[in-house]
Amino acid sequence: MDLKLDHHQDDRLTIVEVEGEIDVYTAPRLRELLIDLVNKGSYHLLVNMEKVDFLDSTGLGVLVGGLKRVRAHDGSLELVCTQERILKIFRITGLTKVFGIYASVDEAKEAHGRDK
Amino acid sequence: MATVELTFSALPAHVRTARLVATAIARRTGVEESLLDEVRLAVGEACSRAVEAHRAHCPGEPIRIELKDDSGRFEVTVSDLAPSDEIKQEQPLDLGALSDSFMSGFGIAVIAGLADDVEVFPSPKGMRIRMSWPAAPNGHVI
Repeated sequence: MDLKLDHHQDDRLTIVEVEGEIDVYTAPRLRELLIDLVNKGSYHLLVNMEKVDFLDSTGLGVLVGGLKRVRAHDGSLELVCTQERILKIFRITGLTKVFGIYASVDEAKEAHGRDK
Repeated sequence: MATVELTFSALPAHVRTARLVATAIARRTGVEESLLDEVRLAVGEACSRAVEAHRAHCPGEPIRIELKDDSGRFEVTVSDLAPSDEIKQEQPLDLGALSDSFMSGFGIAVIAGLADDVEVFPSPKGMRIRMSWPAAPNGHVI
């Protein structure tokens, strides 16, 4: 499956909906979207990965790059993910300590609200 | 022992094809369903790393994958022709030092975390990554 990307604003958060496979071929599109959002002033990003069925280290690199960009503006990039096969790659690489990972968009919004 | 060999140009679009072929052959060889995601990801990582290395050093050269059904193991070897240095594993995580375009160290770390058995052979003439998983003794022959 190819990669489908969408995004919408929810209060202070920009929610990025990702569906399909994030790999060396498709990751540049996600990178472009994250860069574009940051350039347009969206510094608090929530990437919903519930419909992602494949993620490799190239995809991780794009997410890390996005995190670096938003942090340069005191922003945040957090993830929604409950799929074990996707979470496993975050655990293997130690990135569970770098990203906030939530079980649902509502849970992330609630946590984000508390941090305001 | 039965072997399938695949060569492909160093294009990111072909990595998905390589993943699909490896997963299909793993299934046919009798690798457990619960391990197929690991096979898919590890082979994808090895091929992505090879594609990026070839694009940097020798874009016209093909990448080679060998898939073997060998004594109850499913073995995959991904070979590239780009010069490689020793891989430093278990480096401390430094967010500032990570590139968002290519994290080859991460790729190798992911493979090491996924495959049941991994060997990485870096050399000035290219890198070879061999990985294997248990296959059911009564699995189908390739």
